[in-house]
Amino acid sequence: MSSVAINRPAGFWKRLLTQRQLVLMSVPIVLYVILFTYVPLAGWTMAFQDFKPAKGFASPWVGWKWFQYLFSDDLFVTVMRNTLAMSFINLVFNFTFAIGLALLLNEVKNKWVKSLAQTISYLPHFLSWVVVAGLVSSMLASDGVFNVILKWLGIIKEPKVWLGEPKAFWWIVGFTNVWKEVGWNTIIYLAAISSIDPALYEAAQIDGCGRFSRMRHITLPGIKPTIVVLLIMNLGWIMESGFEIQYLLKNGMNQDYAQSIDIYVVTYGLRNGNYSLATAGGMFKSVVNIILLMTANWVSGKLGEEKLV
Amino acid sequence: MTLKLGRRRYLSAKAFLDEAVFGVAKALVLTSIILVTLYPFWNTIIVSFNQAIDTTRGGLYLWPRIWTITNFKSIWVSANVPHALSISVARALCSTVLNLFLTTMLAYALSRREFVLRRPLTIIVLLSMYVNAGLFPNYFLIKNLHLNGTFWVYVVPTLISAFNFIVIRTYIKTIPESLFESARIDGTSDFRIFISFVLPLCKPVLATVALFVAVGAWNAWFDTLLYNSNKTELFTLQYQLMALLQQSMSQSRSAADVNAAGMAANIAASMVTPVSIRAAGTIIATIPILVVYPFLQKYFVMGMNVGSIKE
Repeated sequence: MSSVAINRPAGFWKRLLTQRQLVLMSVPIVLYVILFTYVPLAGWTMAFQDFKPAKGFASPWVGWKWFQYLFSDDLFVTVMRNTLAMSFINLVFNFTFAIGLALLLNEVKNKWVKSLAQTISYLPHFLSWVVVAGLVSSMLASDGVFNVILKWLGIIKEPKVWLGEPKAFWWIVGFTNVWKEVGWNTIIYLAAISSIDPALYEAAQIDGCGRFSRMRHITLPGIKPTIVVLLIMNLGWIMESGFEIQYLLKNGMNQDYAQSIDIYVVTYGLRNGNYSLATAGGMFKSVVNIILLMTANWVSGKLGEEKLV
Repeated sequence: MTLKLGRRRYLSAKAFLDEAVFGVAKALVLTSIILVTLYPFWNTIIVSFNQAIDTTRGGLYLWPRIWTITNFKSIWVSANVPHALSISVARALCSTVLNLFLTTMLAYALSRREFVLRRPLTIIVLLSMYVNAGLFPNYFLIKNLHLNGTFWVYVVPTLISAFNFIVIRTYIKTIPESLFESARIDGTSDFRIFISFVLPLCKPVLATVALFVAVGAWNAWFDTLLYNSNKTELFTLQYQLMALLQQSMSQSRSAADVNAAGMAANIAASMVTPVSIRAAGTIIATIPILVVYPFLQKYFVMGMNVGSIKE
């Protein structure tokens, strides 16, 4: 009967008491979220200390030392360049390929072919990066298929070890991301396309519009709001270039182009035991992320689109 | 009238050509996409069933030359696959069951409009999507909770995700309120309503979220590296595969070195190479996903669309 009483105005504590089951069902879980998401923020103090695990949080304070070190470190500059370059390539590739594939799938009228194509293109999304990195490294090996095709096309004379080519690394990551996620990313565009009024297409057809002009003048404008929101939200994640694929594919030859900010953090923390510097790097990334996401969310709201929070 | 007809005929001829060219282009692009997606798997299957030393000769693209199951036998023993498999399955199961139960319970409680704590609790959960303290602050939390070196480090830190919460809550909101209303008037408690109405009604969305959670748990390896790298009995399949990947990549690099001869002798003695074992491992790690995934496809497409509606 407790919930029925809610309709009558009552004091906060009284209502809370009648809703004690809801409290029991939610508060412990939210406390869990606080423990695992918000409490670790206290660890950011490490960035302002000479943190030694033995001393814990009683380690000496050093102010902004590690941030000063960070911004004067040539490696950090390189790492920032790689992070931004890779996430920019990922962003551009993701959008163009996913929109292109969605438009193509939309033109496939045979239901069976369409669902087969979708099933196959969604599949790589469910594979682990370990598996994907293995597939990439065998495709790009010196006796791999990629070299065979390039040789057959006459583009190269001798097979190359592509993972040993520093300059190729960003593009390898970009195309690997496309391979893994392009099908998955079409889902949201296909949903947007399916909500476009079919009468528009019929009218255009009667007016003599060809396929491509229908795509350009009806489909693309129809999914524009979706594209804009996704683009803005993705710009908010520009500091995230991915971690696993770089970690798994990097080697001594390509590391100048492979190391992203996450790799920098792991390297300094795990290998060198410099937790303070690693935390400063991670903290810098998180703070920039939050600012970018807030801005993205605000812009998205200004444009009259859905907000995320 | 004649003019109009003529115009129409001209159009249909153009449209016909348009259609034909487009049809061919479409088929070509679609076929190449499917080939590019599937070939790496096919290649892996070939390598995994081909004799390892023969594979090092290269030129293996379409069909195995010397069939063998030695690669599978070898990884089965060397990576202790049965055990790693059981750890992977256990973590995927525990994560999925606990995730679904807790996230749905939270989503139901926070979907009740009259709940006085609804707004503050919802904000805390949603904001957690944007808050990330970073690798080492999280690492020290896990250490302080003494979760490292235990199986539970695979399950406990990832029980609630804000994204799954949004997906499930959005779905619960589509259930007509009247369904719960009568139960409430009968004096059924909220927990009972959750167990006997909400959970069964949410089956389609839970199938989606179950897929996301299970795949995420199945594919994870970095937590093993971070927290359990000295506990061989807690190694997961993906972690073993990661170790093989690193091994095979350093091998292919050093194979280019002068000591390739010594390496060849080494390989000849063991009859397997990291590349071939890795191929076999990849197949073993991928099969469960291939088996489960087609059955859940109709659900996850729906779940993705619900999730994208957000607020």
